[in-house]
Amino acid sequence: MNQDLRREREAASFNPELLTHVLDGSPENTRRRREIENLILNDPDFQHEDLNFLTRSQRYEVAVRKSANMVKKIREFGIADPEEIMWFKKIHLVNFVEPVGLNFSMFIPTLLNQGTTAQQEKWLFSSQGLQIIGTYAQTEMGHGTHLRGLETTATYDPETKEFILNSPTVTSIKWWPGGLGKTSNHAIVLAQLITKGKCYGLHAFIVPIREIGTHKPLPGITVGDIGPKFGYDEMDNGYLKMDNYRIPRENMLMKYAQVKPDGTYVKPVSNKLTYGTMVFVRSFLVGEAARSLSKACTIAIRYSAVRHQSEIKPGEPEPQILDFQTQQYKLFPLLATAYAFQFVGAYVKETYHRINEGIGQGDLSELPELHALVAGLKAFTSWTTNAAIEACRMACGGHGYSHCSGLPNIYVTFTPTCTFEGENTVMMLQTARFLMKSYDQVHSGKLVGGMVSYLNDRPTQRIQPQQVAVWPTVVDIDSPDSLTEAYKLRAARLVEIAAKNLQNEVIQRESKEVAWNLTSVDLVRASEAHCHYVAVKLFSEKLLKIQDKSVHAVLRNLCLLYCLYGISQKAGDFLQGSIMTESQITQVNQRIKELLTAIRPDAVALVDAFDFQDVTLGSVLGRYDGNVYENLFEWAKKSPLNKSEVHESYYKYLKPLQSKL
Amino acid sequence: MDSPVHRVSLGDTWSRRVHPDMASERLIQSFSVEQLTNILDGGAQNTALRRKVESIIHSDPEFSMKDNYFMNQNERYVAAVQKRFHFQIIAKRLGWSENSPEFYYAYRALSGELALGLHTVFLKSLQSLGSEEQIAKWTPLCNEFRIIASYAQTELGHGTNLRGLETEATYDAATQEFVVHSPTLTATKWWPGDMGRSATHTLVQAQLICSGARQGMHAFIVPIRSLRDHTPLPGVTVGDIGPKMDFDNTDHGFLQLDHVRIPRENMLSRFAQVLPDGTYVKLGTQQTNYFSMVVVRVELLLGEIIPLLQKACVIAIRYSVIRRQSSIRPSDPEAKILDYQTQQQKLLPQLATAYAFHFLARNLLKFLHSSYDAIQNKDFSHLPELHALSAGIKAMTSDLCFQGSELCRRACGGHGYSKLSGLPSLVTRVTASCTYEGDNTVLYLQTARFLVKNYLQTQAIPGSTQKSLPPSVAYLTAPYLARCPAQKAADFLHPKLYTTAWAHVAARLIKDSAHHLETLIQSGADWDEAWNQTTVIHLQTAKAHCYYISVKSFTETLEKLENKPAVQQVLKRLCDLYALHGILTNAADFLHDGFLSGAQVDAVRTGYLELLGLVRKDAILLTDAFDFTDPSLNSALGCYDGNVYERLFHWAQKSPTNTQGNPAYEKYLRPLLQSWKSKL
Repeated sequence: MNQDLRREREAASFNPELLTHVLDGSPENTRRRREIENLILNDPDFQHEDLNFLTRSQRYEVAVRKSANMVKKIREFGIADPEEIMWFKKIHLVNFVEPVGLNFSMFIPTLLNQGTTAQQEKWLFSSQGLQIIGTYAQTEMGHGTHLRGLETTATYDPETKEFILNSPTVTSIKWWPGGLGKTSNHAIVLAQLITKGKCYGLHAFIVPIREIGTHKPLPGITVGDIGPKFGYDEMDNGYLKMDNYRIPRENMLMKYAQVKPDGTYVKPVSNKLTYGTMVFVRSFLVGEAARSLSKACTIAIRYSAVRHQSEIKPGEPEPQILDFQTQQYKLFPLLATAYAFQFVGAYVKETYHRINEGIGQGDLSELPELHALVAGLKAFTSWTTNAAIEACRMACGGHGYSHCSGLPNIYVTFTPTCTFEGENTVMMLQTARFLMKSYDQVHSGKLVGGMVSYLNDRPTQRIQPQQVAVWPTVVDIDSPDSLTEAYKLRAARLVEIAAKNLQNEVIQRESKEVAWNLTSVDLVRASEAHCHYVAVKLFSEKLLKIQDKSVHAVLRNLCLLYCLYGISQKAGDFLQGSIMTESQITQVNQRIKELLTAIRPDAVALVDAFDFQDVTLGSVLGRYDGNVYENLFEWAKKSPLNKSEVHESYYKYLKPLQSKL
Repeated sequence: MDSPVHRVSLGDTWSRRVHPDMASERLIQSFSVEQLTNILDGGAQNTALRRKVESIIHSDPEFSMKDNYFMNQNERYVAAVQKRFHFQIIAKRLGWSENSPEFYYAYRALSGELALGLHTVFLKSLQSLGSEEQIAKWTPLCNEFRIIASYAQTELGHGTNLRGLETEATYDAATQEFVVHSPTLTATKWWPGDMGRSATHTLVQAQLICSGARQGMHAFIVPIRSLRDHTPLPGVTVGDIGPKMDFDNTDHGFLQLDHVRIPRENMLSRFAQVLPDGTYVKLGTQQTNYFSMVVVRVELLLGEIIPLLQKACVIAIRYSVIRRQSSIRPSDPEAKILDYQTQQQKLLPQLATAYAFHFLARNLLKFLHSSYDAIQNKDFSHLPELHALSAGIKAMTSDLCFQGSELCRRACGGHGYSKLSGLPSLVTRVTASCTYEGDNTVLYLQTARFLVKNYLQTQAIPGSTQKSLPPSVAYLTAPYLARCPAQKAADFLHPKLYTTAWAHVAARLIKDSAHHLETLIQSGADWDEAWNQTTVIHLQTAKAHCYYISVKSFTETLEKLENKPAVQQVLKRLCDLYALHGILTNAADFLHDGFLSGAQVDAVRTGYLELLGLVRKDAILLTDAFDFTDPSLNSALGCYDGNVYERLFHWAQKSPTNTQGNPAYEKYLRPLLQSWKSKL
């Protein structure tokens, strides 16, 4: 092991294993997770090629091979728990990108949710056994988040009892669905249902797209890959164009709405449950943000402990770059954020499961708040994480730019989270809608509960910045609870400002919708402040549950850093709202620097506690043993450009160039 | 404004018609786009020359970049070598010389997709560090491509800190040779461009050791590959460093030297020489070497970094008038996404930044030229200021251009994630500029050092230094203004007012920086220790100073446009937007000492939101004025005609994933599916 890392680990003030248990939820979870990880790592079938040296087509091929393998393995190892399957996939697939993944994550759940018993009998078994591979085709080239805008049509023909599917325009071509380009032979297609000359809105249809046996596109189907992307090389995101393509009536998913053989449309009774899936996916993404950021921090912090550069005092040996204040200031707030998001992710998951049980018993009361909260948290955590991964990469200097660092890969795999499963700005505005509703509710005399309950008790003077005297307490910058209060006040103030501006615009514009658009910047700000408050609150509450003293101490420092760093970044809000004074902001900045120094000795142990296997990190810079340079050189030698000593282009171009000029 | 032939797309049938949603944006022209283009180009004659070069490049199929997104690293390298090769022949035929405007415009048209860029860096270093004989010997060899040269400085374990480099060049008086050697693994040269596969020679920065004494870093010309068959020479281990985020056109390389001997004459010796007997002779200071580093940084701004943000703005804003999503009112058709305030807030400040940086870089270039003239007359007095400005501005520009182009990419939703949008490539290129040619953090701190030093000088001899303060920090002695006089939103739309506001904040932060530093020193820390303990505030200080400089430079540009009122008006809105966006992003700095009150910050926000609506109207024209050709944008989303979807669909068909078979099906999917019976 690298000497620097060994020293760092020996000097840590706490046992990282205990912190790993906290992150996993229990020692038992940690044990079981490692057991599953080791199953894969010790499996001779698990050959982990370095994807960086492969072309896109090769990466796709590897992913398909692994997908196919995985189905067998999961059965072989008897892994059935969804959480455990997730652990398995994460380490098995490395980038967690799986061409047949949509079959399990979208095709089958949709079939279960929206298909009749007969339909489930017909399709479920074969899709579970991958005898057919399905995907889910919703997004079109010209239409994304706004579902009603989709153009694909399914017109019922009572003569033949078939639906005729059409992509009437270029913009209506299905675009982006994963696994559609090359892998799937069936798709659940979302289309506008037209029967008896009337359009009934979006419905789901099972559409065979490739011939069983030859895998060739069926007549009337144009299907292919949408081409190279920023990342997700392993995934064949596809397009699908349908020309008068006929499917039997029974292929419309009819658990709720139905089309009778004669073309009569039967309305669904209630369809509230469909957004349960959406909430689930988004809450999962909050956890993904935490994991991706934790990985990036692990790499950047380990590398910063190994890398030596420049000098703090002339004549002294080059220090570890982690000893530079600027490097600590770049990385430690991100480390604190990673921990904050770990706890936010755990909270969202627990809440989802709790509420889901309630839904099972017919209790939908908590769903709106969860839906609103998860939308905002998905946006809040993914925006922050997106910027933070890049910051980690840049903190590794030139080597961060090389794929050897693993950071480019983490970034391009994570960044679509900002735009998929609900574009972030739209998500923030959904949260804002809930905040505005709650605000109105309070003003009409009804109390609100849950995370927005702070709207109940805010004094109206709060919006006037001059009246400092109204604050009952002074913020104590060494107390997570007091800082949570400060964030709460900020959220309350920004919600109120957005609400008032919205009211003003409504009066001026005489249209709620125009007013909404003209207030949307304020609304997004309010949502962000709300989510930030939630994150701070969850982190400080988590501290109360930590038993071990040394772990508690180090987490408390991280929590303080998370809170204070946020205040220093958004100091304008805290000053303008008179939540804090100028001199307090100066103290905050001073305290941040003290915390950097306090966290420094534990930095490596804190990333060790995330407990990532080297294969999962996929990084030469972030290796557990810290032997960076030797392995970097070995890695580069494997590059395809080094396969021959003299490159072909020399004969083709360089040599002739020398003779022609 | 007649026929913008140069803009027409790749000859596809649909592009004969401009998309109606795009056409409607160009219907009302509040200013002359052509006039603005001329201003950006620095004169109508430059615009004409640029377009001439662009048409030569784009009409030549050898320069086509349409398959770029489908190539792997190796293919892109080969294509870039092929283009470079073809380009040299054309340049020779047309008499375009290195450093000519034609060269520059051709590079712009080709979006830098050429190999052998380091060849030029080698030549520049040779000219600044070489003796007259050395220049006379090596320049023609380079110009005729009889050798291909690169520049090797960075090592596996060492970057920005030059003194930490480990490669050694030991003089052997017996044979009158230098023995160049990589003593450790971390001494391996790592990252030099063109070195992985192409270069025959490289300029190696190494520690000179002669007569037993270490003399610091010097530059040596080291042959690394055989001129006969291109194989590595004895003692040389050289290769490519492997896949990167981008710059696949360049073969960044590694190099290990095992006691490689080169003649004494291969050490560049304008400033220092080793005599045959091993005596080390210094021939003056390396001021001009240091100057060439500044030149590289300044030229990067307009030649590479800023156009990347400009292109990102062009693509994202054009796409945002074609893309329709949801409706603002339930009864309305789906709205152009650029009509959403949140979309405006994402994109328009980036557009303003793209303009602000363009003028900033132009002004810096002017300052560079005048400093160069002064240096010719042995006047080095501008160098510290020039160095501080170029360092800070490079850092700010690359930081914000990166953040801005990434924001533009995400503002295009899913399609921004497709390489066919052109945006991922812009982002991956611009992000590299945050760490190359000096890591941004290190550069900001260099600027901060200059600021603190100047401030401490004003304190040392009060009153007497006013005249000697460099112009960029003259505001340190400006009359103190405790509170901003603005009363309402409209008051903030005055360049003088917001420039003063930025100066106030920058000056306050410089003072804070100095005080923090002095406090630590007084409590017993030595200067270096104290500096490291206060770097976080110094960063903030340097950033505020650079922002102030950019606001000031934009307002000065406006002043010169009195005779073009329409263009002046639209640019003033951008300038206002740039300044106010900066104030809001850094509101705490303005609130901190009560310079702005909470109510004033609210007024700034009101003004800012109104500006978004105003700039929205001219947004497309403002992106047109950059006058990027469709081929150089290479974006399915950002073409001039707005035919986004047809192009996206058409381009995707050409992907190898569609034109070549699917081996994965044969190998894995078919066996997986074979258990299928007749169940379906």
